[in-house]
Amino acid sequence: MSGDQTVSFERATSAAVGDLTDELIATDVWADEDIDGAGIPVIDVPFVTVGGGLGSFAMVDFLRSAGVPPADMRVLGDSITPTETYEYLATNSQIPRHERLRSDASSVMDNIWGFPSYALREAWSKRSLARVWQVVTEPLIAEYFTPQAGQVYESVQRESTRIGWDEMVALGYVRMIRKRRGGGYFVVQTPTSQQSTKRIAYRCTFVHVAIGYPGVAFLPDLQEYRERTGDYTRVVNAYEPHDHVYEELLRRPCTVLVRGSGIVGSRILQRLIDDRVGRGARTQIIHLFRNYVAGPQGTRATFRRPGANGFAYQGFNFPKAAWGGQLRTTLAQLDGEERAALLRELGGTNTAPRRSWKQQLQQATAEGYYQQAIGSVEQVERTADGDAIVTRVRAADGSLQEVDAQFIIDATGLLARLDEHRLMADLLEHGGAAQNAYGRLDVEPHFEVRGTANEDGRIYASGSMTLGGYYAGVDSFLGLQYAALQILDDLAAHGFGKRIGPARSTAQWWRWMRNRRP
Amino acid sequence: MTPTLFGRIQTRLFLVATVGVVWTLVIGPAIRPLVDDADLGDIYRLAFGALTLVAGVGVAWEFVYHGLQQFRWEKDWPTLLGLLTGIPEGVVVYLLLSRGLPWDVGDVPVDAFLVHFTTTWIVIWLVANGPMRVLFIRWRFRGGRLV
Repeated sequence: MSGDQTVSFERATSAAVGDLTDELIATDVWADEDIDGAGIPVIDVPFVTVGGGLGSFAMVDFLRSAGVPPADMRVLGDSITPTETYEYLATNSQIPRHERLRSDASSVMDNIWGFPSYALREAWSKRSLARVWQVVTEPLIAEYFTPQAGQVYESVQRESTRIGWDEMVALGYVRMIRKRRGGGYFVVQTPTSQQSTKRIAYRCTFVHVAIGYPGVAFLPDLQEYRERTGDYTRVVNAYEPHDHVYEELLRRPCTVLVRGSGIVGSRILQRLIDDRVGRGARTQIIHLFRNYVAGPQGTRATFRRPGANGFAYQGFNFPKAAWGGQLRTTLAQLDGEERAALLRELGGTNTAPRRSWKQQLQQATAEGYYQQAIGSVEQVERTADGDAIVTRVRAADGSLQEVDAQFIIDATGLLARLDEHRLMADLLEHGGAAQNAYGRLDVEPHFEVRGTANEDGRIYASGSMTLGGYYAGVDSFLGLQYAALQILDDLAAHGFGKRIGPARSTAQWWRWMRNRRP
Repeated sequence: MTPTLFGRIQTRLFLVATVGVVWTLVIGPAIRPLVDDADLGDIYRLAFGALTLVAGVGVAWEFVYHGLQQFRWEKDWPTLLGLLTGIPEGVVVYLLLSRGLPWDVGDVPVDAFLVHFTTTWIVIWLVANGPMRVLFIRWRFRGGRLV
């Protein structure tokens, strides 16, 4: 997934033939002869999805139920299973398989209908009514049911087999998508397996892009510190492998500075406290807030988000109605900066109001090993003896506070800048795509990438890259399925795949229930 | 499903007209022994009267629920509320039915009414919480709207 991997691979195969020429790279629209001239083999397939992760999976899963055979689709990704990248990031951010994700019971990744839900399936497999009670009484009595990460991975694996995922996957890195003279596109892939050609071009009518995040994001001051000092051990991102931190914390008492008060921050805090309570660590935790949420946010009774102790609380990363209720309708009617402003109000940094987390923080505060600090960071430096990092924090009243810590964990998020991803940068420069008011990929309500149509050809995108569009929850299981359904309907209108009406939907669901191929 | 106002109304009318009607036809013979000297026609007059009120008065209820929903940050309507609102709705339907609305059914036998209303409500609630998503794949993304 990282840019580094791409570079090292391309270096390794640079001796092969069938490569891009300077002329091709500089040209926006390619003719069939141009590709032939460069010696790049061409594979004809009507539909290509780029990414190979859960976004591609959702799309292909719908298309299979819409009657599209595997032979008409290619999945161009760098992993064999669709959950690989997701699991890598989730595991790093302290969600191993037995922990629960922040996702709704009916956001069922392997089932396009959302029924039976994860809750019912867990209840069935464990022969326990507790999960049924939870899902029926959430969020009024019980907390929201959320699935265990392992349940999601295993069920996606089963569905992958059912729909013939392996028959569609072609491993490699997609370098560019260029318009084809006469309609459609060329999707240029650098295959990972040793081949006689360096590139392969997929000649297709429809392209779907779901590449997720280009990489991890660091706060600017931490990025600057890492580059200046070369210290990649003490300042870490929650999404990169950082188990060495927890191992060191078990060996000796240390102070950890946690930055970020979103869901990932909550998970890091849970891990630190779990290790202290259950495994004998003597960690001191300092939690730094830039924007401290002291109480409910919002001035109107009809628009007020719960908040306390620094955290803004909501079940999921957006209010529930953003996925299919009245907020979805409202957002779909707004444009530009107005929409971006509402998205910021509905989303922003927030975490799930889990009782266990609240209790942990209460206990940790009472016992003195969890402290909060508020302010903006002015400087991050190593101490003279090299054993700690000093963070200088400027509070709102102008006072300066110094926080010494052996480790800093940045839990503020993943990188989503379009131009950081080579494929996206190319699409902006040569493909006619543009950025939205959020700085991400500008898409239509049906997730077509604006400005990229080419005669009968269409490019669609889904996932985190499309945040800022007409739909808030793009970076979620249900959001990926929503996008896939919108795209599916548009594809059906263009003659690719069948529209899923009540009869087809029910028949396909019944096949799913019996684990039969679509 | 997180409902919108129009989605609520459409889903209610659709489910009452389909699941509600079928269930009422099925349950009619079962509640007949609860009413002395009643033939099946009397039972259906009572049951379909109740069902008509659930649809008709229910539209007004949906405006109330939608208003209450505005005070929830998530702008959602938890599943449990969808079940528990059957209590106030049932009381209102019983009172109207006893006063001859939508048509005169005489004295309303409480046990027969309770069995019919409660089972119908639960069956509709169950269908709304699962099978609807299978039949209408876009329904849950459209706040319950069918058209």
